[in-house]
Amino acid sequence: MTSEVGPNGEQETRRGFLRYLLGGGLVASLAAVLYPIMAYLKPPQQAEVEVTSVKAGKVSAMEKESGIIVRFGNKPVILVRNAAGEFRAFSATCTHLDCTVQFRKDMGLIWCACHNGRYDLNGRNVAGPPPRPLDEYRVIIQGEDISISKKA
Amino acid sequence: MNTFWSRLYSWADERVKLGGLVEYMGKKYVPVNRHSIWYYFGGVSLFLFIIQVVTGILLLLYYKSGELLAFESIQFIMAKVRFGWLIRSLHSWTANLFVLTAMIHMFSVFFGKAYRKPRGITWITGMVMFFLALGFGFSGYLLPWNELAFFATKVGTDIAGAVPIVGKPMMVFLRGGEDVTGATLSRFFGFHVALLPGIFTVFLGIHLLLVQRQGMSEPLSHGDSPDTERKTMPFFPNFLLRDMLFWLMVLNLLAILAVFFPWELGKKADAFASAPAGIKPEWYFLFMFQTLKYIPGKILFIDGEVLGILVFGLAGFLWLMVPFWDRKSSRGETNRLINYVGIFVVFYMIILTIVGWIV
Repeated sequence: MTSEVGPNGEQETRRGFLRYLLGGGLVASLAAVLYPIMAYLKPPQQAEVEVTSVKAGKVSAMEKESGIIVRFGNKPVILVRNAAGEFRAFSATCTHLDCTVQFRKDMGLIWCACHNGRYDLNGRNVAGPPPRPLDEYRVIIQGEDISISKKA
Repeated sequence: MNTFWSRLYSWADERVKLGGLVEYMGKKYVPVNRHSIWYYFGGVSLFLFIIQVVTGILLLLYYKSGELLAFESIQFIMAKVRFGWLIRSLHSWTANLFVLTAMIHMFSVFFGKAYRKPRGITWITGMVMFFLALGFGFSGYLLPWNELAFFATKVGTDIAGAVPIVGKPMMVFLRGGEDVTGATLSRFFGFHVALLPGIFTVFLGIHLLLVQRQGMSEPLSHGDSPDTERKTMPFFPNFLLRDMLFWLMVLNLLAILAVFFPWELGKKADAFASAPAGIKPEWYFLFMFQTLKYIPGKILFIDGEVLGILVFGLAGFLWLMVPFWDRKSSRGETNRLINYVGIFVVFYMIILTIVGWIV
C-alpha cells in the first residue's frame, strides 16, 4: 500500500487494501483447510494400560540356557536363563532398528535376525550394528513363579 | 465394416477435430541405432503398470484390511477364489518385474545421458515415479500382514525415524502410532491403493506427454551426423507393433513365473515373536539393507544408521538432480564422470545385492 496520492491515488489505496484483504482471506482459508488435515494425520494418543509387572511363567518350565518372549503390556520382553540357572529380562526390541531379538543357544547370545546384531546375556551390545545395550527389566522369583517388572 | 469405422472416425472428427492429432502421430519417428533396444524398457514398464492396476483392482474385490482379517483374506483369495492364486501371484511378480524394468529404463537413460537438455523434466518425473514405485513395493509388501512384512515394515519405518528432526514425526505418521500395528496396516493400505496411484498417474501423464512431444533422445555420439544419414522408423505402426510384441513376451514370462513359482504367503505376523532367521527385504532394497549391516553402531558421535541414511539420501538426491549438474552433456560434450558414477552405482548395487542374497 502506498501513501502517494496521484490522480487516482484514492483508487490505488483502495485497490491495495482490497488486495491485502483478498490475499489475507485466501491465506486464512487455506490455513482453515490445512490445519484440520494436518491434525487429522497425527494419530491420537491411545490410553495405554500402565503395566508395571507381568507373570512370566514357572521356574521349572524354563531350562538352563533358554529364552522366551514375554508380553509386557504391548511391548515384547525377552526372558533368558543362563547356564548358571540365573534369570535375566531385557526389552526384546533391538536397539538398532526395532526388530524383535531372540535367544541363541548355539551362540550363547541374544541375537537379532534382521541385521545380525548380538548382545551378551547381560544385554550389552557386543557385535553388529546395535548402538546401545538392551534395556533391562527386573526379574523377581517368588517360589516357583517368575515375574518381570520395570526397573525403577 | 470399413465404412462403420470411417463413419465413427468422421463422427468423432467433426466434434473434436482428430485430424491434427492423427497427422501428428503419423509423422512421429523413432530413431534407429545400436542402442534402440533400450527404448523398449519404458514402454514395457508402462505395460507392467497397467497389469498392476488391473490385478490390483481385482484383489481389492476380496482383500480385507485390518490385522484380524488381512492375512486370512489373502488365504481366502489364494485357496477359495477361482484363479485367486493366479491374480495374487501375478500382482507380486509384476511388482518385482516393474521395479526391474523401471531400473533398466533408468540406467539406460542415465548412461545415454538422455536426461540432458531439453529432457530434464522427463527425467525428474521418471525418477519421482521410480521412488513412488519403491513406495508401492514397500506399502504393498505389508498388506498380507505376514511375519516377514511385519519386520520389514518395522525396520523400514524405523530407518525413516532415524532421519534427524523430521524423522520421528514422519515415523509416527507412517505407523499411525509409535509401533507397527493394525493402524499401520490401515494407513499402508490407503497409501497403496489410493494415494500413491493418484500421484503416480499425474506424473505418468506428464512423462508420457513429454515423450510424445519431444520424441526419443539419441545418443550423444549421433549428434554430429547429418539428418539425411540418420535412420528412423515410424512410431505408428512399426515401433508400436514391436513394443507390443515385447509386451506379449513379458506377459508370457509373467504367466510362467506366476504359475510355476507361486508367491508364498508365509506365517501370519505376530508382534510377540522374534524376527525369523534369514529375514531379508525385497531384492531392490537389499543393497541398502546389506550396507546397514556393515556400518558400525557409532561413527564418532553419529549413529551408524543415521549416517547410512544421510549418505543414501544425498546420493539419491544427486542422482535425481543429474540434469542440473551435468552441464557438459547438455552442451553436447562427452562427460566421462557420468559414466564412472553410473558404473560405480551399478556395481555397488549388484555386488551388495548378491552378497545380501548369499549371506
